[in-house]
Amino acid sequence: MSLLIKNAMIVNADKMEKNPQDILIEKGVIKRIASSIKEDKGKTIDAKGKLVLPGLIDIHVHFREPGDEHKETVETGVMAAAKGGFTTVMCMPNTAPVIDNRSIAEMVVNESKRIGLINVIPIGAITKSLKSQELTDMFELKDAGCGALSDDGNCVSDSHLMRMAMEYAKMVGILLIEHCEDHQLSSGGVMNEGVTSTILGLKGDPGISESIIVARDIELADYFDSRIHFAHISLKRSVELIREAKARGIKVTAEAAPHHFALTEEELKSFNTNAKVHPPLRTKEDVKAVKAALKDGTIDCIATDHAPHAREDKEKDMDHAPCGMIGLETAVGLAVTELIEPKILTWPQLVEKMSAAPANIMGFKGKGAIQEGMDGDLTIIDPEAEWEVREEDFVSKSSNSPFIGRTLKGQVAATICAGKIVYQQ
Amino acid sequence: MSEWTKHDLLDLQGMSKEEIETVLETAKSFKEISTRDVKKVPALRGKTIVMLFFENSTRTRSSFELAAKRLSADTVNIAAGNSSLSKGESVLDTARNIEAMNVDAIVVRHPSSGVPYILSQHLKASIINAGDGCRSHPTQALLDMFTIQEKLGRIAGLKVAILGDIRHSRVARSNIWGLTTMGAEVTVCGPATLVPPEIEAMGARINYDIDEVIKESDVLMPLRIQMERQEQKFLPSLREYAKEFGIDAQKLKNAKKDVIIMHPGPTNRGLEVSAEVADGKYSVILDQVTNGVAVRMAVLYLLLGIKR
Repeated sequence: MSLLIKNAMIVNADKMEKNPQDILIEKGVIKRIASSIKEDKGKTIDAKGKLVLPGLIDIHVHFREPGDEHKETVETGVMAAAKGGFTTVMCMPNTAPVIDNRSIAEMVVNESKRIGLINVIPIGAITKSLKSQELTDMFELKDAGCGALSDDGNCVSDSHLMRMAMEYAKMVGILLIEHCEDHQLSSGGVMNEGVTSTILGLKGDPGISESIIVARDIELADYFDSRIHFAHISLKRSVELIREAKARGIKVTAEAAPHHFALTEEELKSFNTNAKVHPPLRTKEDVKAVKAALKDGTIDCIATDHAPHAREDKEKDMDHAPCGMIGLETAVGLAVTELIEPKILTWPQLVEKMSAAPANIMGFKGKGAIQEGMDGDLTIIDPEAEWEVREEDFVSKSSNSPFIGRTLKGQVAATICAGKIVYQQ
Repeated sequence: MSEWTKHDLLDLQGMSKEEIETVLETAKSFKEISTRDVKKVPALRGKTIVMLFFENSTRTRSSFELAAKRLSADTVNIAAGNSSLSKGESVLDTARNIEAMNVDAIVVRHPSSGVPYILSQHLKASIINAGDGCRSHPTQALLDMFTIQEKLGRIAGLKVAILGDIRHSRVARSNIWGLTTMGAEVTVCGPATLVPPEIEAMGARINYDIDEVIKESDVLMPLRIQMERQEQKFLPSLREYAKEFGIDAQKLKNAKKDVIIMHPGPTNRGLEVSAEVADGKYSVILDQVTNGVAVRMAVLYLLLGIKR
């Protein structure tokens, strides 16, 4: 079975083609790219007027299965990812039970194979039950299909244990992803600490709860010559620390979530629990710093931190409502609206952030670029389409998005994974 | 008096001088009712008011209840207290159930900031904030302003000091908004761990020197110190707090001759204020309680009693 994409304006991380081309995918792999390929028996998509990007990769989602299937399942998460233009996602281990052993990791892998639309790669835990007490069996998790390890939702709070994790993971050859939060400092904070939290009378989480762990892990990575990837960087100070670490050649990489470049703490003024997230929405200066860091490469990639919560969970008061917001279906719209339109990123740079860099960080072979011989994963985007984010349009099982009601520019027209159309508008 | 247009009373932030004056003027005319032999007028006859308290309260709840009853409204008490309701059950669901019984107003207190605001977004009944988290306690600030005006004849130009745990105090926040709107100068004073510097963005001044604050102030308002603040490491010890920041007769020696001492209650006698001072000649603490009923009658009347 083959798939032919006609009139594709191909965007790769290194360049945007000037003329439309045709792409032929056979057996899941890009067979040929040429100015005109004759149609044959297989399917054809006309991408005229649209941009064709290498399949988007989100290295940070929460699919809630097993344990909280009322919020999301691997299946509904996959549907949401496909609609959002993603062909590969990595799901975090803070499920119930936690992905800290072979059987749970394999369950996620098998479930994603059964669904078969896009690639779902589990992230295993760094510590058992995410408790920061004992390391997980890392060789086994890697062997079971985990693409990285993280205690996301929790920080590895014990510095000695984090040192052990770094040394061990380096030997295993698996990347560690840190959720940077000093829990003693952030304790119970429901939003960024500052003037707004003081006025609202809401408990604040001071930004330094993030940057202290960023600084600690940079020191550890430097000393033990290990790699570390920072999840959802939200703070100007964290950005400065990472920039300096990279300049010194320390092996750090970082991601930012769309809400951290699209929203500020002002969002909490309406007591909208959908805007409660960890790390919290920060100040205008922080948003500016995150955007600048995406531009100059300090922050390598965009990851959604897609965190579904049921309506009844979010209908609680601000102190009790859980943290997180969904992000898969709004990521492209937000990236185009907040980064491409104001000319912070070019289209090739966006491909870098949403496909090439995540593929590179995770070592995904055959992904992150449109070239002959690469995987047939493509995301077709209508760059001019304007659309309103509506609660009823989400295919995720949850609709906890603070972007409901907002008009965004840039919409996914079709998602192709391994040569199969997995979403079409 | 200017025309009243508010449907809810959520906060004093954003409330105009004229609106505050309207409440205070209305309260003045209601105060007399509570001194009558028959303490009842028919202003809110046929109205139903629910007291929905997710946090323990004796004073505020009974004050609201008496205010409602003296205006002939029917009242229902729902004290969720420390039950499962306060532990995060959907407060909106609870409130929707109450509203389905056709009530006119819900007086709500909740340990989490913003709950009255969230309810007002979803319900048709008037929402009256009886205290939410650390954010807002508008009727307390209104009764404090009423008492200041009654005792000192004015609010504008006065120096008012709020003392103690400013960080966790909704009384402090509402008073800062209200008093500064009315033209008073507000100073906050307390241990640095309990006085966040960001509070200055609300229009208050910070001064950690309690002696200086006592000397210059017309009104001293020590706040209740929660015993658990020591466990939460905000304070080295309650002993040191009482010694450094507690208002006692000795510290008051340098105060202005006509200073008044206020307290939102309940007092920790011997901690933030000595018994001698709480019961002494400068204290207006019981006047605040008396005025609370009149101010809450005014609020209920303005929100429910005027046909729009």
